[in-house]
Amino acid sequence: MTTTPLQPRLTDIGPPSYDKYLPPIIRKNYGKWKYHEKLAPGVLCHVAESGDRLYTVRGGAPRLLSIQTIRKFADLADKYCGGHLRFTSRNNIEFLLEDPAGIEPLKQDLAAMGVPVGGTNNSISNIVHTQGWVHCHSAATDASGIVKSVMDALCDRFTHEDMPAKLRIALACCLNMCGAVHCSDIAILGVHRRPPKIQKDILPKVCEVPTLISSCPTGAIRSATFEGKPSVDVIEEQCMYCGNCYTVCPAMQLNDAENDGLSIWVGGKVSNARSEPRFSKLAIPFLPNNPPHWPEVVEAVVKIVDVYRQNARKYERVGEWIDRVGWPRFFELTGFEFTRYHIDDFKHAGLTFARSAHIRY
Amino acid sequence: MADAPDEKKRANHQPQTKLLDELEKGPWPSFVSEIKAAAKTSDSARDLLGQLELSYEDKKSHWKHGGLVGVLGYGGGVIGRYSDVGEQFPNVAHFHTLRVNHPAGWFYSSEALRTICDIWERRGSGVTNMHGSTGDIILLGTTTDQLEPTFQELTHAGFDLGGSGSAVRTPSSCVGMARCEWACYDSMKLCYDLTMHYQDELHRPAFPYKFKFKCSACPNDCVASIARADMSIIGTWKDEMQVDHAEVANYAAAGLDIQKDVCSHCPTKCMDWDGKKLSIDNRDCVRCMHCINVMPKALRPGKEKGAVILLGAKAPILQGALLSSVLIPFVPADELFETIKELVSRIWDFWDEYGTNRERIGELIQRVGLPAFLEGIGLDPAPEMVSAPRDNPYIYFQAEKEGEQ
Repeated sequence: MTTTPLQPRLTDIGPPSYDKYLPPIIRKNYGKWKYHEKLAPGVLCHVAESGDRLYTVRGGAPRLLSIQTIRKFADLADKYCGGHLRFTSRNNIEFLLEDPAGIEPLKQDLAAMGVPVGGTNNSISNIVHTQGWVHCHSAATDASGIVKSVMDALCDRFTHEDMPAKLRIALACCLNMCGAVHCSDIAILGVHRRPPKIQKDILPKVCEVPTLISSCPTGAIRSATFEGKPSVDVIEEQCMYCGNCYTVCPAMQLNDAENDGLSIWVGGKVSNARSEPRFSKLAIPFLPNNPPHWPEVVEAVVKIVDVYRQNARKYERVGEWIDRVGWPRFFELTGFEFTRYHIDDFKHAGLTFARSAHIRY
Repeated sequence: MADAPDEKKRANHQPQTKLLDELEKGPWPSFVSEIKAAAKTSDSARDLLGQLELSYEDKKSHWKHGGLVGVLGYGGGVIGRYSDVGEQFPNVAHFHTLRVNHPAGWFYSSEALRTICDIWERRGSGVTNMHGSTGDIILLGTTTDQLEPTFQELTHAGFDLGGSGSAVRTPSSCVGMARCEWACYDSMKLCYDLTMHYQDELHRPAFPYKFKFKCSACPNDCVASIARADMSIIGTWKDEMQVDHAEVANYAAAGLDIQKDVCSHCPTKCMDWDGKKLSIDNRDCVRCMHCINVMPKALRPGKEKGAVILLGAKAPILQGALLSSVLIPFVPADELFETIKELVSRIWDFWDEYGTNRERIGELIQRVGLPAFLEGIGLDPAPEMVSAPRDNPYIYFQAEKEGEQ
């Protein structure tokens, strides 16, 4: 260690208290908000029972931020918000103003920084996503690059509130789903499509074989010996490329430039509004990894957004719209091919079979 | 840290990033521009750029499997990461990430943000995520020898590490009472109280697998707790919705079609609009939030507030994705913390006893069955726990105990 340790050594202090960084207007009106109004895309006004008004300006951020940009945000917070700001659960940044006179100049400062203002109400908010090639070992694709490419194409939908309902997009770069994309209106999911390539020479040195065998959800990994040492074989037709073995054993190499790519899922939601929370369903089983712009993925997402926007009724989320018009119509309208991969053949598959004569013609 | 201050010299060594440069175009803020901004003063950010460009050329990740690195006395909070092209990019050969527990609701002062930036400028790459998927501040990339000093500087600035591995993961909450009229309990405070109470379980992994808490203060569930938390705490209310009939009339006068836009979307058809008055049968209301979302000035949650506690959500690995399901239909707001602590200790005892390696609580319940789990934690079955009673007749009847009918 190159530096003198700070004294005393502190551990288990936990995060700053939940109220430590709240601006005074929030401290005063905590738990006493009465209603809110939409002023413009990205601008909200919350009114307290005391009559106080709090103005929020929301900007889109790339999630990956340099300390240089964070300092610029801090400067804006000093300039307009008494030194307070917050981030949202979708990686947006929010400036909280007491004085509405600051809204327009703040928006201009944000525009000068290249920060779009929006993401509120019936817009497409920021894409929650994972690390991808920036920092993950099991990524089947990059995350930030696809998000950037998709949001470039959908930026007007972020800065306008002109969707039938809110639309939430998420991206995870493998089935581990650090981004838990599985309940999004549109989910972009990185997929591997080939079983792991076993590096048998290093396996005994870097892995515990029993742990490795038990890590496989489908029992596809079997005990074997290689040059007299404990090893494993993979029953390839049983592998569904989840990567769990790779997470417990680095010798189970899964990344494959030619066969890795993206899948697209639609119709999930987490909110309880109207219909119950639900999983996203498969729309496109595979699209190629095509950096730097991933045109196939961008085109597919834009297609879904456009078709939904033209056909859904007010307040219908993507899944609710498809409930009404039916999956055959979804595939017809989007032009996406319905394939054998769309039919579930894993556990509880029968739950997704059409078990009625309710068919739209 | 090791970064030389010579910016001019460094500028001459900026890697060629033909593919990544493409992602500096377009209207959305660019992560490439962010890494480049950090690279002006950071050798590791510069090599990150170079390695990422290589990934864009090869279409695959160049990070190796994580190693066991961390700070003294903790078993988590640091994600070990090594490059498989470390000779080409020596400044990211070791590129470990610190998860820093965010303040609930992601509120900051500008001073606190600058403090974190200053520490990360001295100690790491200058690249962050605001924030990671679970909610932590992510300090992206430093060397093993910098982990402990970074940690000490962070704790002296009032910040601690978040969770990783088979531990309590950093709990997160929606903005709740800080800026939302729909908050049915104090989600930020509960999040903070849980985080503080489980510091040991958060920093020292001792479970079969991860355990996540997420606190959403109303059924809109802004932190996606039902999809992403082993324990989902979702605010709701028990009594009648609060209605301001004059404001309902104002919405109608302003052009809102209340029958079509509000009543027809009600999942239980519990409300009616006769053109003058909105009537609600609260017994049938499932607290979905649609009508309140559409008319926030006219409708509000009731006054008897609390939360529903659900259990078991997770992403697909291993046996398939799960949504959380109802465990306790209603806990009054002021009893939440005590109830959860007591409930969680029984749940963790059961998980500890019966869970296998890398088995989330939701998957354990799938394996042993919800009735056996309920019996194990001493909770009575309730009809709110199921969407419907079973439709198959394969019932495992238990032998009647002596004296029972």
